[in-house]
Amino acid sequence: MIGVLALQGDYEKHIQILDQLGMVSTEVRYPEQLDSIAGLIIPGGESTTMTDLMERVGFHKPIREFSEKNPILGTCAGLIMMARSVEDSRVSSLGIIDVDVDRNAYGRQVHSFTDSLPVSLDEQSKSTKATFIRAPKISRVGPTVEVISSYDGEPVAVKQGHHLGLAFHPELDDVTIFHEFTFKKQFETIHAA
Amino acid sequence: MADKGSFEVKVGLAEMLKGGVIMDVMNADQAKIAEDAGAVAVMALERIPALIREEGGIARASDPQMIKDIQKVVSIPVMAKVRIGHFAEAQILEALEVDFVDESEVLTPADEHNHIWKHDFKVPFVCGCRNLGEALRRIGEGAAMIRTKGEAGSGNIVEAVRHMRQVQSDMKKLTVMDQDELMAAAKDMGAPFALVQQVAKLGKLPVPNFAAGGVATPADASLMMQLGAETVFVGSGIFMSDDPAPRAKAIVDAVTYYKDPAKLVEISTGLQSAMKGLDMSEIPEGERLQERGW
Repeated sequence: MIGVLALQGDYEKHIQILDQLGMVSTEVRYPEQLDSIAGLIIPGGESTTMTDLMERVGFHKPIREFSEKNPILGTCAGLIMMARSVEDSRVSSLGIIDVDVDRNAYGRQVHSFTDSLPVSLDEQSKSTKATFIRAPKISRVGPTVEVISSYDGEPVAVKQGHHLGLAFHPELDDVTIFHEFTFKKQFETIHAA
Repeated sequence: MADKGSFEVKVGLAEMLKGGVIMDVMNADQAKIAEDAGAVAVMALERIPALIREEGGIARASDPQMIKDIQKVVSIPVMAKVRIGHFAEAQILEALEVDFVDESEVLTPADEHNHIWKHDFKVPFVCGCRNLGEALRRIGEGAAMIRTKGEAGSGNIVEAVRHMRQVQSDMKKLTVMDQDELMAAAKDMGAPFALVQQVAKLGKLPVPNFAAGGVATPADASLMMQLGAETVFVGSGIFMSDDPAPRAKAIVDAVTYYKDPAKLVEISTGLQSAMKGLDMSEIPEGERLQERGW
C-alpha cells in the first residue's frame, strides 16, 4: 500500500494516479500510519503550511526513518520538504535528497506554466508534459544525486537512491511514469500476489 | 514553448490550496500572523466584511501599496478582491501579480448585469455562489475556483451550510438524470449546457469547491469539510475574535483533521471567545451580501 501525505495540498490528485495504476493507497495524517505503508508521496501544496502541520504532530523524524528503507516521491512542495536545505527559515525540510531549493523561484502565479520536458528514466529517454505552479528551483545538486530532467538548463527532476523529487506536478496532467518508476517494486509485489 | 495562464494552470494553483485555510488580512502584520499560523494563502483587503458591514460606504479593491506590503512579508499566495464586473480593478491586480483574484460580493458591485470575462486574464479567479447554476455561470466565464458565498462578516455558518448543501444537492440530481433531461436542467438553472453535462458525468464541479462566509470556529471548518468543501476561507472569523493567532492555528488544524472528533476536542480546547456574530434576522434582506451577483 502506498501512502499519500494528506496534511494539505493536492493529495487527491495523487490518489487518482495511484488508482489509475491499480495501486492501493491511503491518506496519511498520523505518523503511526507510516508503519503500514510501503511507499510515500509528499504532494504539492504550501511548504510553510506543511512544515507547521508536520511539526505539530511530529512527522519529521518518523518520515526520515521511513525513508531509509522505503521510496518517497515528492512533487513541488513535496520536493521542497525532501530537500537538504531550503533558502527560507519558514520551512523545515526533511533532508532526504541532497539538494538545496529556492521556493517560488519562477515567480508568482502569473508566471506558472506548462511545457514539455525530456526525462531519462531507467536509461530510456521520454518526453512528458509538465505543469509548474509557483515552482521551486533546485540551486545545488549533491554528488550522489542524479538529475533526470532539466528545463532551460536547470535541474527540475532529481533521483537519489529510491527517492524522486520533482519541481512540477505530473499528478495534474495524468502523467503516471514517475509514480510507476518510484513504486515499481511495490507495484510488482502487488501483481505477483 | 511555455504556456502561461491556461485554464489548467489556473486550476492547478487552486488544487494546491486544497486542505489549507485562506485567511482575510488587512495589513502586513496580520498577513504575517496568518502565515505563521499555517495559512495556505492570504486575502488582502482594506476592511474585513464585518467592518464593511459596520461602517458602510462603498467597498472597493485595496490600495496597491497595502497589497505590495503584504507581498513583501509573506511567501504564500496573496489574493485580493475586486468588485463584481470591475475588470479594470482586476487588470490592476493582475499587473501587481497577485496570485488569485476574488470577484467578490463583499465589495460593492460595479456592474449589476455582468461579471468579468475571466478567460481574458492570466491570473486565476475565484467567485462565490449560492447554487449550482451560479457556480457554473462563473466557471463558464473562466473562474478557476468556486466558493460558497455564505453570509460574509456574519460569523454565522448557516448560510454557508445552505449554499454548500444546495450545490451538492443540485449536483446529485444531475448525476441521476437521463441525457434528455439535461438540457431542461441547464435551462432551469441558467447554466452553460456543456458544464451541466460535465457535472452530470463527474458528480462534482470541474474546479475546486471551497467554503466561505461565516466560518468562525474549528467546528465550523470541520462541518464545511464534511459537507463537501475542499477547504475553507476565513474572513472576519480570525481577526474579529479575541485570539487571532491561536484561533487561526486551530482552524488550520481542524481542516486537516476534520474527520477526527478526538483531535478536534484537542484543537478546540482553550480558545477564547469567537467573534460575536449576527443572526440572519439581524441583517435586513436588502443588506445581505450574498444577494449580490447574477
